[in-house]
Amino acid sequence: MIKAILIFNNHGKPRLIRFYQYFAEDMQQQIIRETFHLVSKRDDNVCNFLEGGSLIGGSDYKLIYRHYATLYFVFCVDSSESELGILDLIQVSTIYIFMTVFVETLDKCFENVCELDLIFHMDKVHYILQEVVMGGMVLETNMNEIVAQVELQNRMEKSEGGLSAAPARAVSAVKNMNLPEIPRNINIGDINIKVPNLSPF
Amino acid sequence: MSDVVEKTLTALPGLLLSLDSQPGAAKLCATSRLGSLVRSITELTSKNVGEEMAEPPAGPRSPKQMKEIMVRAIYCEMLGYEASFSYIHAIKLAQQGSVLEKRVGYLAVSLFLHESHDLLLLLVNTVLKDLQSTNLIEVCMALTVVSQIFPKDMIPAVLPLVEDKLTHSKEIIRRKAVLALYKFYLIAPNQVQHIHDKFRKALCDKDPGVMTASLHIYLKLIKESPESYKDLTDSFVTILKQVVGGKLPVDFNYHSVPAPWLQMQLLRILALLGKEDQRTSEMMYEVLDESLRRAEINHNITYAILYECLKTIYTIHPKSELLEKAAKCIGKFVLSPKINLKYLGLKALTYVVQQDPNLALQHQMTIIECLDHSDPIIKRETLELLYRITNGQNVSVIVEKMLDFLRLSKDEYTTIDLVGKVAELAEKYPFPYNSWFIQTMNAIFSIGGDVMQPDIPNNFLRLLAEGFDSDEEDRQLRLLAVDSYLSLLECDTSGLPQRFLQVISWVLGEFSFLKEGLEPADVVERLGKLLDDDAITTETRCWVLAAMSKLCGSSDALCKAEKVAHKYTSCLDTALRQQAVELELLGRDVDLRTRVLPQHVIGFCVWLQVDSSLSFLDGFVSDALARGAAPYKPPHQRQEELSQEKILNFEPYGLSLPVSLSACSLTDRQSPTALSLSSSLSGNSADPPLKAGSNLLKLEGVKRVWGKQGYLPEKQATEEALAQEPSSIFAPSHQQACSESQQTTFSTIVEQDQEKRQLASSLFVGLGSQNAPCLLGKPEASSSQRFRRKVRPEDPSDVNRSLAVSSSFSHSSSALDVLLDNAIPDPTAVCLLVEPASAQNLSDSTSEAVPAVGNTEVVEASEVSSLSGGSGPLAQPSSQVERGLESDLPSRLPATLVGLLRSDVEELCSGESLSLSACKVFDADALVLAIFLKGAEFVLFSLFVCFSLCLNHLYSEGVAQCQGWEEHLNLGEASLYHSVSPPASCSCRPLPLTTEEYGKMWLSFSHDVKQNLMLLKHEEEDQLEAALTALKEKLCLHIVDVIGAEGIMACQLVSGRPCLLHCHTHGGMLAIWLRSPIADLPDCLLYHCQKAIQER
Repeated sequence: MIKAILIFNNHGKPRLIRFYQYFAEDMQQQIIRETFHLVSKRDDNVCNFLEGGSLIGGSDYKLIYRHYATLYFVFCVDSSESELGILDLIQVSTIYIFMTVFVETLDKCFENVCELDLIFHMDKVHYILQEVVMGGMVLETNMNEIVAQVELQNRMEKSEGGLSAAPARAVSAVKNMNLPEIPRNINIGDINIKVPNLSPF
Repeated sequence: MSDVVEKTLTALPGLLLSLDSQPGAAKLCATSRLGSLVRSITELTSKNVGEEMAEPPAGPRSPKQMKEIMVRAIYCEMLGYEASFSYIHAIKLAQQGSVLEKRVGYLAVSLFLHESHDLLLLLVNTVLKDLQSTNLIEVCMALTVVSQIFPKDMIPAVLPLVEDKLTHSKEIIRRKAVLALYKFYLIAPNQVQHIHDKFRKALCDKDPGVMTASLHIYLKLIKESPESYKDLTDSFVTILKQVVGGKLPVDFNYHSVPAPWLQMQLLRILALLGKEDQRTSEMMYEVLDESLRRAEINHNITYAILYECLKTIYTIHPKSELLEKAAKCIGKFVLSPKINLKYLGLKALTYVVQQDPNLALQHQMTIIECLDHSDPIIKRETLELLYRITNGQNVSVIVEKMLDFLRLSKDEYTTIDLVGKVAELAEKYPFPYNSWFIQTMNAIFSIGGDVMQPDIPNNFLRLLAEGFDSDEEDRQLRLLAVDSYLSLLECDTSGLPQRFLQVISWVLGEFSFLKEGLEPADVVERLGKLLDDDAITTETRCWVLAAMSKLCGSSDALCKAEKVAHKYTSCLDTALRQQAVELELLGRDVDLRTRVLPQHVIGFCVWLQVDSSLSFLDGFVSDALARGAAPYKPPHQRQEELSQEKILNFEPYGLSLPVSLSACSLTDRQSPTALSLSSSLSGNSADPPLKAGSNLLKLEGVKRVWGKQGYLPEKQATEEALAQEPSSIFAPSHQQACSESQQTTFSTIVEQDQEKRQLASSLFVGLGSQNAPCLLGKPEASSSQRFRRKVRPEDPSDVNRSLAVSSSFSHSSSALDVLLDNAIPDPTAVCLLVEPASAQNLSDSTSEAVPAVGNTEVVEASEVSSLSGGSGPLAQPSSQVERGLESDLPSRLPATLVGLLRSDVEELCSGESLSLSACKVFDADALVLAIFLKGAEFVLFSLFVCFSLCLNHLYSEGVAQCQGWEEHLNLGEASLYHSVSPPASCSCRPLPLTTEEYGKMWLSFSHDVKQNLMLLKHEEEDQLEAALTALKEKLCLHIVDVIGAEGIMACQLVSGRPCLLHCHTHGGMLAIWLRSPIADLPDCLLYHCQKAIQER
């Protein structure tokens, strides 16, 4: 079971936190700090798995993380989960997240995407995560269904605020993309996203 | 808090500027909602977030504004600032908003609250409403929130609605409903017991998504009891075959691998099912082979499946062909240049190396490489692997590697984990390297410091104190320790961890006399130096002072020690002060000193007798009792009384102290005593049997005054008055007393007529006392195998066949009660060997011969043989005779059991020449399982197993499957195997009440549960009547009254705890409402009611 999904930046500032097991507020912050501490001192060329933080659950607890540009995506899972499976799940969710976050600006300015987008679309990112990882369970993800969810979301937003709809073109481009292991630039089809390094705040 | 928030938010404009410097971002700000949100957040910089939200400037805010604010609150919470004021608004938003706002509300709720949060109750109604909504999105949202967070108590409210959704036409709804049920199962397994077949339906759903969701439930269920789901193996294998074969829609492909996560989940399930089960494993070999073969494509996700597959292959019953292939695959992992795969390869090796050490040999070069890998995680995993393959020869090398790693590692968790492992290895293989052992332990203590598990130093000290086989070795080891510590003390001690200092001072205090030419005064001085360091804790100071007092043999040392101790006699810490004062006292009193500090006795503490029964307090206790103090009551009794006190007492307060005392001692006395069912006292034991006593302190010669039940002298007095009680029970029979206490032995004999039965039962009363002397004579034997007693015939040559019945009670608290009787045709004497054993003891059963029931047996054998008549070899039972016996069986019950409520005799199992039947007899406080064994047409034994029931029984049955007990019968070549779970409902007894009494009790009980059950048979005219009768029969309930469409029933547990039921039928539903003073009882009973109604 997945116990938590943590996304924080290179400075340890949380960007998206989702716990599937209850922890008190200050405990959560402690876990984030500990996790950041563990993850941040690792090079890019070591393995993506970590074992045994003392906080969440001792030996029955693994950290599986990916580092994309300025963001760390960390999944805290128990021993029953498959390391490689989760690693790919992170990739899938990242794709979905970026898809969600960027979808409304896709046709306008695709070149500058950053952590801030994650913050400003936090609710939407949560919804998508809810579909991918339900209550801590990894579900076999039907790509089309998720895409439909994203579209639905946008349709609803559109009817609310009259914003531009998500172009289906972008969605289908995202569908079959393949993120490289640790990208500095995220390539989606032939579109190139540069990830700016932000100053800490 | 607001300061911090403000600070964070003031940082935002700076950030914005950096954004603005990029043209794209500027555009972004201008065009999208992002801009407004950023603006609204920056606007907040000057204000307090809390005020902004809590006090809307102009009237109530629109839900839309609320939504924006809620997102901000989520953001604040994420950053760690409490926004608890917004929780209620989140719930309001979920209640009132339109779809979009609702969604934010639900999201906020699931992020903010936790399961037992009070506000969550306010959400229940909203969820109910949304579940009934026609808008798919609303239903989806409600199900999502339910599957994430829901209060346990309110499950019955939404359960029917969620169940309905299982048949919804949209697969996404079905999937979410399954997940919601999974959540319910996690938090309250009892409540969804009855819908297990719906899970099966979900498993067969035509949509793969729904099926995947149900696999999560099955994984959980199978983990808990693999036995009950073996029949599904075939389905899982078929599903996996289809998935692997690419039968799923292409949508489910991920990098052209069909549904990888689903595959992994299935493999995990198969591993659980096939574990230690050859037959089930055989079903899956083919598909596993197929999976291995398919996983050829070189992508991460195929490796993930491969790894899961390897784990399964090594978990299930092995098949050499598959293992070979699997070993090859492990090679692929280990040799891979990709570091993630290497890591997993090492993990897989660690997993399998115990089964197949050759694999480690094959990859030894890679393993050595990994030891020097730059990634500490890889290194650690390698050490873990080495730890598994440690043996006597390589231990020093491996430990050295581990210590090297430890010296570099900074991570606390790693340190604790590895230090424990090193200590374990060092203790496991300490010889013949004495000096190495001490050095290693020193290294462990200095590296592990104060974070390591406290039992490491404790074990080490115990090892030193108790020693091993040879005295010379022990001496050497201790001397080595003393030497190394003395040299350590000479250097700078400031860096040493506290735990290490404590170990040092203990060892020096205890064993420094072993070193010749070392003056105690010297040691005291060195220890004294330790105390000068300000950094050491008071706990360590205590250890040091204690060590000093042990060294006070010589006047020189005493003088120095006193000087040091004097400083602490006025210390604020009481423990330290006590230590110092004791030391001073020792110094003053020479006699005392020579008495408590005998010179040069190694580890004299080992021979110290501990009076664990606290007999020295006798005088004090009896004085107190004489002055009218209340007698001691064990905690559970106190609790019970407390709960009873809540009910008003309408009885006059009559009992004066002496009466209650004797009453208390009477009931208390019986639980640890051998009880005879046939004795008149059998009905009284209301106490749950004592838990297995684990203390094996030597208590010879110490009067047993304090028992678990409290102060004992009175009990002894009454006991002596009762001649028929075996005197050995309360005698200071140390281990026996403990082990006896859990065995409530009773014995009975079944005869055809009453007289013989009485004769037999009186004979068997003596069984316990006859055994006792033998047990007493063999304290060593029984101390090595604590809870075991075997009864064997005195002269084995008389016995042609022996029948062994071993009953293993896995139930921790079920009493071991045994008895037997036999009826055998002459000259075949059959002896019944009864072995009560706790589950873990069963495996290492070595027999302890106890001369036992010899003469009794002979008597019965002859008696019974006359009535069962005939003799001869075992033959196929003739059906005619069998039928005759069937009707005959109940009449063979002993007099004490006749007339009690009992179930029908049912056949449990039968073999070629044997068959076994049983019936349950519900005694007032026990369940007697009468077992009839029929061999050939003439042979008939009866065996009565008495379960003293206690409340726990029902609980454990409700929560987990009670394993019950198993029987192995061997009779010559014929053997039978059977296992019985005593049904939980056996713990219930009818509680006869009048309607008025019922009414009063109903109001006074605090715990209740309500649920609607579906009545299956709609055609019945009087559904209520039928349901009540079913409940009455299945659960032994008492029907108090039936008023119209309502019926009230009452029952009690054998321990006398009542539970009341209220049933009400309406339109095919049976509403059951249970109330009881005990918290979990209604839940458990409800579960059994459900079962009873369904099975009807």
